Amino acid sequence: MSAQVYSRDEIMTVTAARQLRNGALCFVGIGLPSAACNLARLTHAPDLVLIYESGTVGTRPVVLPLSIGDGELAETATCVVPLPEIFAHYLQGGRVDVGFLGAAQIDRFGNLNTTVIGDYAHPRVRLPGAGGAPEIATYAREVLIVMKQSPRSFVARLDFRTSCGYLEGSGARERSGCPGAGPRAVITDFGVLRPHPRTRELELAALYPGVSVDAARAATGWPLAVADGLEQLPAPAPAELAVLRDLHARTESAHATPVHIKLPAAT
Amino acid sequence: MPVLPLREAIASHVHDGQSIALEGFTHLIPFAAAHEIVRQGRRGLHLIRMTPDLIYDQLIGMGCAERLTFSWGGNPGVGSLHRLRDAVERQWPHPLALSEFTHAEMAVAYQAGASGLPCGLVGQHDTTDLSRVAAVGVKTIHCPFSGVALAAVPAIRPDLTVLHAQQIDAAGNVLIRGIVGAAKEAALAARRVLVTVEEQVDELSADTNALVLPSFVITAASIVPGGAHPSYAQGYYARDNAFYLAWDEISRDRATFTAWMERHVLGVRDHAALLRLLGVAA
Repeated sequence: MSAQVYSRDEIMTVTAARQLRNGALCFVGIGLPSAACNLARLTHAPDLVLIYESGTVGTRPVVLPLSIGDGELAETATCVVPLPEIFAHYLQGGRVDVGFLGAAQIDRFGNLNTTVIGDYAHPRVRLPGAGGAPEIATYAREVLIVMKQSPRSFVARLDFRTSCGYLEGSGARERSGCPGAGPRAVITDFGVLRPHPRTRELELAALYPGVSVDAARAATGWPLAVADGLEQLPAPAPAELAVLRDLHARTESAHATPVHIKLPAAT
Repeated sequence: MPVLPLREAIASHVHDGQSIALEGFTHLIPFAAAHEIVRQGRRGLHLIRMTPDLIYDQLIGMGCAERLTFSWGGNPGVGSLHRLRDAVERQWPHPLALSEFTHAEMAVAYQAGASGLPCGLVGQHDTTDLSRVAAVGVKTIHCPFSGVALAAVPAIRPDLTVLHAQQIDAAGNVLIRGIVGAAKEAALAARRVLVTVEEQVDELSADTNALVLPSFVITAASIVPGGAHPSYAQGYYARDNAFYLAWDEISRDRATFTAWMERHVLGVRDHAALLRLLGVAA
């Protein structure tokens, strides 16, 4: 078999998709998580139930949404519920199996910053803020984090803790009373980090083909430990790549379609 | 419940210094109403909205806002709201005070406002630095039955909530279809409610459990076809994702932003003229 050429984004998306089991109820974020969830639904997990925070439950979009609330999501949903219900009844009510999160900064215990770089009152960079992330991090039974790895984003110390991972590690999350179990995996453009079973510190657990431990360490702002039995992840299968590329092609063409609004003659 | 031209509705109901929630979660964002607020030069507004979106990027960049209450301030799927960032990071065009929450907190704050309660409740696990920021204003209380810690979020009661919706009937009842966000809660929490709608019909064809805001909660309405563009109105037109992508470039630079607003908002008579200028309507 000839080696398939694929991008870092593609192997990240495929690796994230493979983390999802069929039938799980998944709270989806926009961007790469949305691509991963829909790739899983179109390949090994046809009964994956997707919830977007805009209130669309059981949605099966044909093209990927640009925003969290594109019409595509409502049109293909089992039901659309008011936003307060999504957070109160579905998330806080404990119905969500998997939550997907990304961030500008992550620390060694999987805590996330999406609020500010610098001081809160006088930020160097004002980031979008919390959105639904703190509740997803707290209430989803487990969390998957998708982030590109660099010393600027994988930091020794967060500028601001917006959403929790394992807090200070070693049982801190359990003591906080958070109902969810916390981050199960961090999928990066180098491989996968997983929390150590006892200390909860993120360790390098798996690498993509052709990626070295040293490269992953150099892209991390803390001394990255390597898990026992470091795995080598498989390249994306041709079938996975075909489905993913199809999905992106459909999406790009849909997003470029001009919008036409018919105005009544009188206006 | 009067149906007024938008210019008149904004002139009568939007005043300097008001707290105002232009809601609609991604869907049905009342852009036409916001543009009319810019044209009429309102100042010192306290803007409230879960996701500021392009609509508040424009109001903030044009100097209409003094305070922002929000829970997620980005251009969805694209990146930053550059005018919001410029206001927070470099106080341009002037300083902007922030009241910041999570989505879940803001949802219960609107519900509390609509319910006549002083605060709403969500679970409290003391896991976020947000609870340590004074401007956030969430406080811990304990359940009198179980002793469990809860986060109390102060109720939101806007002076005015503005919504865009699909239809209004002859009696003034308003129908919202598709993604509804916290539109109902924001409307019922407000002292006054202004709606823009795609069209007026004799009778709404909706199930009785559909989201209908009865005429007695609506203060005034305006018929504004295309009034949510570049957001969308399910059943009428799609979200203009190409515009949301283009906004990243338009808004990045102060001069480019100002020129765009002068030409497309201040320089046109109404929303229909803007849609024609953009080539979205014939």
